[in-house]
Amino acid sequence: MRYLPKSAADREAMLKAIGARSVDDLFSPIPAEYRLSRDLAVPRQMAESEIVDWFKQRARENGDGYTSFLGAGAYFHYRPVIIDALVQRGEFLTAYTPYQAEFAQGTLQAIFEFQTMISELTGMDLANASMYDGSTGAAEAVMMAVRCTGKSGAVVARSLHPEYGEVLATYATHQGIPLKTVSFADSGRIDLKDLERAVTDDTACVLIQSPNFFGTVEDVDAIAAIAHKKGALVVVAIAEAVSLGIVEPPRQADIVSMEAQSFGVPLGFGGPYCGVLATKDKYVRQMPGRLSGQTVDKKGKRGFVLTLATREQHIRREKATSNICTNQALVALMVNIFMTVYGKVGLKELAKQNLAKAAYAADQFGKNAKALFSAAPRFNEFVVETTEDPYAINARLLGHKIVGGLPLKKFYPELGNAALWCCTELTTRSMIDTAVGLVAESERSVRSTKEVEEQEVTQ
Amino acid sequence: MKHMTRKATRHISQNENLIFEKSSAGKAAWKLPPLDVPDVDTAKLLGKSERKDLGNMPEVSEIEIIRHFTRLSTWNYAIDLGMYPLGSCTMKYNPRVNEFVSRVEGLANGHPYQPEKISQGALRIIKTLSECLIEITGMDAITLQPAAGAHGELTGLLMVRAYHESQGNARKKVLIPDSAHGTNPATAAMVGYAVENLKSNDRGMVDVAALAAQMNEDVAALMVTNPNTLGVFEQEIHKIADLMHAKGGLLYMDGANMNALVGKARPGDFGADVMHLNLHKTFSTPHGGGGPGSGPVAVKKILEPFLPRPIVITKPDGILAFEYNRPQSIGRVRAYYGNFGMFIRALAYILANGPDGLRQTTEDAVLNANYIRKGLEGVYDLPYDTPSMHEVVFSDKLQSKKGVRTMDLAKRLIDYGFHPYTTAFPLIVPGALMIEPTESEPLEELDLFIEAMKSLAEEVEEDPQFVLDAPHNTRISRLDETQAARKPILRWKPESLG
Repeated sequence: MRYLPKSAADREAMLKAIGARSVDDLFSPIPAEYRLSRDLAVPRQMAESEIVDWFKQRARENGDGYTSFLGAGAYFHYRPVIIDALVQRGEFLTAYTPYQAEFAQGTLQAIFEFQTMISELTGMDLANASMYDGSTGAAEAVMMAVRCTGKSGAVVARSLHPEYGEVLATYATHQGIPLKTVSFADSGRIDLKDLERAVTDDTACVLIQSPNFFGTVEDVDAIAAIAHKKGALVVVAIAEAVSLGIVEPPRQADIVSMEAQSFGVPLGFGGPYCGVLATKDKYVRQMPGRLSGQTVDKKGKRGFVLTLATREQHIRREKATSNICTNQALVALMVNIFMTVYGKVGLKELAKQNLAKAAYAADQFGKNAKALFSAAPRFNEFVVETTEDPYAINARLLGHKIVGGLPLKKFYPELGNAALWCCTELTTRSMIDTAVGLVAESERSVRSTKEVEEQEVTQ
Repeated sequence: MKHMTRKATRHISQNENLIFEKSSAGKAAWKLPPLDVPDVDTAKLLGKSERKDLGNMPEVSEIEIIRHFTRLSTWNYAIDLGMYPLGSCTMKYNPRVNEFVSRVEGLANGHPYQPEKISQGALRIIKTLSECLIEITGMDAITLQPAAGAHGELTGLLMVRAYHESQGNARKKVLIPDSAHGTNPATAAMVGYAVENLKSNDRGMVDVAALAAQMNEDVAALMVTNPNTLGVFEQEIHKIADLMHAKGGLLYMDGANMNALVGKARPGDFGADVMHLNLHKTFSTPHGGGGPGSGPVAVKKILEPFLPRPIVITKPDGILAFEYNRPQSIGRVRAYYGNFGMFIRALAYILANGPDGLRQTTEDAVLNANYIRKGLEGVYDLPYDTPSMHEVVFSDKLQSKKGVRTMDLAKRLIDYGFHPYTTAFPLIVPGALMIEPTESEPLEELDLFIEAMKSLAEEVEEDPQFVLDAPHNTRISRLDETQAARKPILRWKPESLG
């Protein structure tokens, strides 16, 4: 086996040194009846060339070369090539969690920079080193709010990513956190009157997403005013990190739970991604996850260590803030490099392009179909309602190698034939025009068929 | 340096400030294509939600970024540089073909919501890996959704709870041996179970008599790591399983130490009902400085209805699909389908090994641990002389007589060019040195490690203060962790300049 660095003679010599007759001696602690005496039924050993072929074949079965208008929490942005060049350095790729600080300063300083940039972008005081993803991060943020306030309930916007909501429901089940849902208004924003009714003195937090699942930017100030009046915290989930380049961050929030996949992380069929929590100084000791902190060595030189570990499972065991141990360090490094590449000016320009492409596409779609929620500001996603079932439209688009918007009826039956479309800086005008043309064509034909049917009925 | 080492030599490394300290207005590392749609008035579109300023984000050029991160990288130790014997962490070689295939276009760019018709490749990968892991563990069904080992524990215990609820009684507590990982009790608490400690016996194993006394109808499950954190196989595992099952409890196995078992023994065969795997340990996906991980959970038939949604099924026409209609499911534990990129890497590892390679890997991992044990016996105290599997746990009992503790030894080991072992864990061994070499070490590297550890023990006898002051050869000396925790500085701010 090519990964194993030993010759038969090496193994012999080692067994002799140990005083064992054969390697089976070493496995004698396992009772004989549980020792496997056959080969595992897994595929035979493959050459590297075969492995590469096998996965390339899978890639070909996986819709390579399609134009996609999907967003919904997972975004196709350009990834500068230096990201992969740097994260594949073995010193980052093959290092462990930096518990031995003197031998891991590279990872620790990088995390410290990551924490700084996330704090700057979210408008919070500080951020942690990462969480698994946006969905689990939001659930952990709610649990954190429960610890911070000593209250138990959470009020959740229905315009939160539905899968984030499902994860929260799973996490909350056995922790005595009752969840209340607040619907959205015609603007696509949270229904403030409904929110006002839902928030009570027992509410630990209000969890919203902005831009929300429909791409609509929420009025965080108005939401925060309602929540804070009752002593509840405001948790804002951000699924599209690029929005922070042009959309005001939720400064009134108490906890921000961000999915940073948009910052240089491949779509990768849903993961690994990079969640991160940011918060105010006063809540730091209730925050889960690792933190890199600045300190000095014996000679007074600046250095970094993992700190405030008394919050964590390896010290506090069942009293820890969370069971989280491994996080998403290498993915956070991708995010870190992406933020560094675009920086203060680039992130803004990048966000502006996303905004412009989506605005153009929404206008174009709106000429032949109904663009919903257009009264409130939105970022790079928008909802289009068609006469025809969006699944049928998408099936036709697929024939043109286009993946259309996400039909929303699976999550929001009340939205009927609405679909969520996304444009990024990688969506070209010609792609938009082609998709708009195909949708318009299908709308026209469905309408004329309907008219004919209606006429037949009248006759 | 007191003693010389053949492993490492000091060399120049570059200094590097924080990226913010290199920033100045007008530098840039990005370039966007010209906008091909009409430009927009952001103030008009966004109103009061328009962001004006991005604060202290850096402005630097591309070469500066390359140098910045390359310089930082050289301050890290890594498996690619040498042995990384962190016990319980399984720091094995991370094959480069794994990285290569995970970046193949079509896999790397797959959107989680793209239609099933054009997701057959991804679904095939999920299905093939699932089948391999089920075979390796001897279980009946699996979910790949959990994002890491601790997340897998959470998923597993949620299923345990759902199972008991379906039987009419959720039960109250989970038994956890005192040698367990901290994630075990933290997880049990998250699922609403009280944690009851189970004492180990004088051989470092679960005390079966104590278990029999503590087991009753209030106990939902026992969480056991096997081999346990001492690297010892729980020889009475089947009795343990029988004790649990007799009173309606379930056996949860923490699969952190599966590197000792793959191809040699299967938890499903010795009584485990539910277990998680760490793809970043046993199946070679990179640790990446602390993630991403992946923590699949394999279960016996009785727990299958409770698996997280969705699961992958084969339709009658052979098409693979996600099945969401699972009324007894615990729900989702993560958006989408898990850390798919890690599935690709783990499967590439299994394909590279085949059944013979997987078995040989396990044999070499156990051989290496026993070789180190033999080499260091007598030099360091061995608190339990029970046979070791893939890792060996010594203590600092002999060295602490000179005031040198496990963490001090670890810091001095850095000077010898080795990453330290795991310190001060498991908790049942005061001053533990937990050493897991994995299969990836050649004989030469093992000999260098043994030589370094022996030399270190001599230094403790000759000049303990020298060891206490270590590390001596690193860029920075020992860091003040107390100050870091007392007055946390968790981000850079412009004021701290100068």
